[in-house]
Amino acid sequence: MNLDPKLPRGPLADKWLEHRNHLRLVNPSNKRKFTVLVVGSGLAGAAAAASLGELGYQVECFCFQDTPRRAHSIAAQGGINAAKNYHNDGDSVFRLFYDTIKGGDFRSREANVYRLAELSLRIIDQCVAQGVPFAREYGGLLDNRSFGGAQVSRTFYARGQTGQQLLLGAYQALCRQIAAGTVRMFPRTEMLDLVVDDDGSGPRARGIIARDLVTGRLERHAGHAVVLATGGYSNVYYLSTNAKGSNATAIWRAHRRGALFANPCFTQIHPTCIPASGDYQSKLTLMSESLRNDGRIWVPKDPGDTRPPESIPEADRDYYLEVRYPAFGNLVPRDVAARNAKQVVDSGRGVGPQRNGVYLDFADAILRRGSAVIEDRYGNLFEMYEKITGENPWVTPMRIYPAPHYTMGGLWVDYNLMSNVSGLFVAGEANFSDHGANRLGASALMQGLADGYFILPATLANFLADHLGEKLSPAGPSFDGVEAEVRQRLGSLLALRGQRSPESFHRQLGHLVWHACGISRTAAGLEQATSEIAALRREFWQNLRVSGAPAEVNQDLEKAGRVADYFELAELMCRDALDRDESAGSHLREEHQTPDGEALRNDEEYAFVSAWEWQGEDRPPVRHAEPLHFESVELSRRSYK
Amino acid sequence: MDLTLYFWRQAGPDSPGRMERYEAAGINPDSSFLEMLDVVNERLAERGEDRIAFDHDCREGICGMCGFMINGEAHGPRRGTTVCQLHMRHFRNGDVLHLEPWRARALPVVKDLMVDRGAFDRIIQAGGFISVATGSAPEANLMPVPKPVADRAFEAAECIGCGACVAQCPNGAAQLFTAAKVSHLGLLPQGQPERAGRALAMVQAMEREGFGNCTNHAECQEICPKGVSIDFIARLNRDFLKARVRLVDVARDKGEAR
Repeated sequence: MNLDPKLPRGPLADKWLEHRNHLRLVNPSNKRKFTVLVVGSGLAGAAAAASLGELGYQVECFCFQDTPRRAHSIAAQGGINAAKNYHNDGDSVFRLFYDTIKGGDFRSREANVYRLAELSLRIIDQCVAQGVPFAREYGGLLDNRSFGGAQVSRTFYARGQTGQQLLLGAYQALCRQIAAGTVRMFPRTEMLDLVVDDDGSGPRARGIIARDLVTGRLERHAGHAVVLATGGYSNVYYLSTNAKGSNATAIWRAHRRGALFANPCFTQIHPTCIPASGDYQSKLTLMSESLRNDGRIWVPKDPGDTRPPESIPEADRDYYLEVRYPAFGNLVPRDVAARNAKQVVDSGRGVGPQRNGVYLDFADAILRRGSAVIEDRYGNLFEMYEKITGENPWVTPMRIYPAPHYTMGGLWVDYNLMSNVSGLFVAGEANFSDHGANRLGASALMQGLADGYFILPATLANFLADHLGEKLSPAGPSFDGVEAEVRQRLGSLLALRGQRSPESFHRQLGHLVWHACGISRTAAGLEQATSEIAALRREFWQNLRVSGAPAEVNQDLEKAGRVADYFELAELMCRDALDRDESAGSHLREEHQTPDGEALRNDEEYAFVSAWEWQGEDRPPVRHAEPLHFESVELSRRSYK
Repeated sequence: MDLTLYFWRQAGPDSPGRMERYEAAGINPDSSFLEMLDVVNERLAERGEDRIAFDHDCREGICGMCGFMINGEAHGPRRGTTVCQLHMRHFRNGDVLHLEPWRARALPVVKDLMVDRGAFDRIIQAGGFISVATGSAPEANLMPVPKPVADRAFEAAECIGCGACVAQCPNGAAQLFTAAKVSHLGLLPQGQPERAGRALAMVQAMEREGFGNCTNHAECQEICPKGVSIDFIARLNRDFLKARVRLVDVARDKGEAR
């Protein structure tokens, strides 16, 4: 297996420019002769489709929602990083690069991360020109804030709706191209498989099989290149902060057709979400991390203490983060906060009706700073909390608990964002490229837009230049074969006629993955979960019940296909977590921690990207490794004591 | 809590529809409205019946995908809330709830509570953007935008495109949706070069799609889950009028008839 990341030579700061200087170009009059399929219309997909359309390529863009404006990028709250140094506080491209690679616990490529930091500057320019209403200062210039523990103010934001505004910017650019006729949009259309053929020179992506979610018809789309920008796979856990429709099917089907899956076990759990309130719970809601700036986290000292929080005296409270981490207190990084919450809840001291949360208490902050300040800072969050829980955080402490939020793992890509399958590109959260073992706050939006606006338009041309004159046809044995398989699979899901719904299997699977491959992992737990997942998967394929018919709107069938893929992905996540016998960033193996409970990396043996190759349903996948080389940074250990 | 639901059943855009009754017993008051429907759907499926189709995605009130009428009110009885953020504790045990899709000619029913909002996309495609090719943008801080203007533009940009405004309007008009985008872009200095053409093109697109006319009922502002103000409709009308007058002037200068 050739795992060449195609990293450019030369000094770190010159790599991207040097690389672009030598990428091949496509003549303007030839661009319209190429068709590019873009699957997904979030930040990465919409930005890529719009930019490629502007350049003159024929683009077909797909999304499962009713319009491209709904993609889950829209829910990002915090902001987007850029090394503009507008605050004159010492920020630079190198510093953003360094913070990102260190935050990822040194499990990402230097060249990729540096390019991301470099492009952050142009992203802000582009978005402002599109009319994205970023927050401004009274002088009319752009405002920045410090976010996620960064020591500089480099985060651009639009109130708590940065993702929404950036997505609408990209969506509007996309609409402009749809009107211009360069992009054909296929809403309510879900990619169900990738068409790959091999003429002896290796696998090559030829197109996709998609299902029209209104009529149920299967459609074939052929392209000179296929871009997957289909987001992450946090919904494998069932309860996550992702949208209900977010799913892994596109990347998983591509994986089964030969694309390597990288670092599947690197998944981020966000510490401040509202705990689940019952069995009917369908998703979890994130509360901004900024709450930890003023709120104090605690649980009762005594597991049997059932008094309401207001009546528990100071002496009986355990402010466990302040005790364990006196220097950082409640502001320890996301993974540390999440792990500690799990420990106290597992020890039986969880709070709330389900005993599945910890208190986040503003009583001290209200006394110290006054209600007006707290209202100004967190008023909207308090309101949102009250809307969902029916409890008033001004009177009784909030309850929070960690929830799956983002997946750093994804399909393996080289520096050009092309997977090992020729012509298959992967962008945004769907690829594994830039965040290593842990993603820093306000960098997901940055990566999606860097991939879509600036990287793909350059690297796709380089690929396409070699394929001028290649005829496209959705007919032929490769398309016939894949379409037949898709049809058969849908048919077998509908034919099972068992007792349990896709939703109930998903819920049970999520529970297994959450406990074995969530906040912390052990070899024994992962091994046990792997066999339990396999057993549940067998039951799924015997006892599933899907209602409705194939040729109509059938949300149960959509769900069933996604859950079927989650089973296989969940197994791979556990396998990867077991294989990576170290702790790194979000991946905490309990066997590998410092006496203080910090992640203990093993750089000698595990400074690599794991890239898994599918071998078929009955054979275990093969793990390849892309070694990571660090030339510009020294590998250091995090400490928050 | 126990509820009686009447929900709209319609197999497809051209099929006839009808209300169907369902007794939803034992609903947890802490669940959201959509979670209540999830429970109902699981029970329907257990009985071998078809699920109720409804659109939803983020369930955080920001994507704009969910929405239907509850007893004649878009997104239900609570203001400033999409239906995914509406919780059952705001209803009473024994309540009778009628669930219907958006009713507007320009937003046809796809199935049950799902509607086709493609008309909104086509209005944006007509001009709801600033023409700036990727890579051609100047340095972001070259053009200061007074904070009050930026804040106002943001308030217009908050529209989530859910369609509640159209559904609640007795005329089925899309003025609030269109005005929000025209105002967001028309307030900002970046949006000035295309301002007149944008207002004209988007209003024309809106009329082509078969939306009704605005007669200032202000139901849209009342029901909008994001609180988008009808002041923006006044802005839209002003921009549209100015653009029309300018067009007439241009035609006269060229010696063309009106």
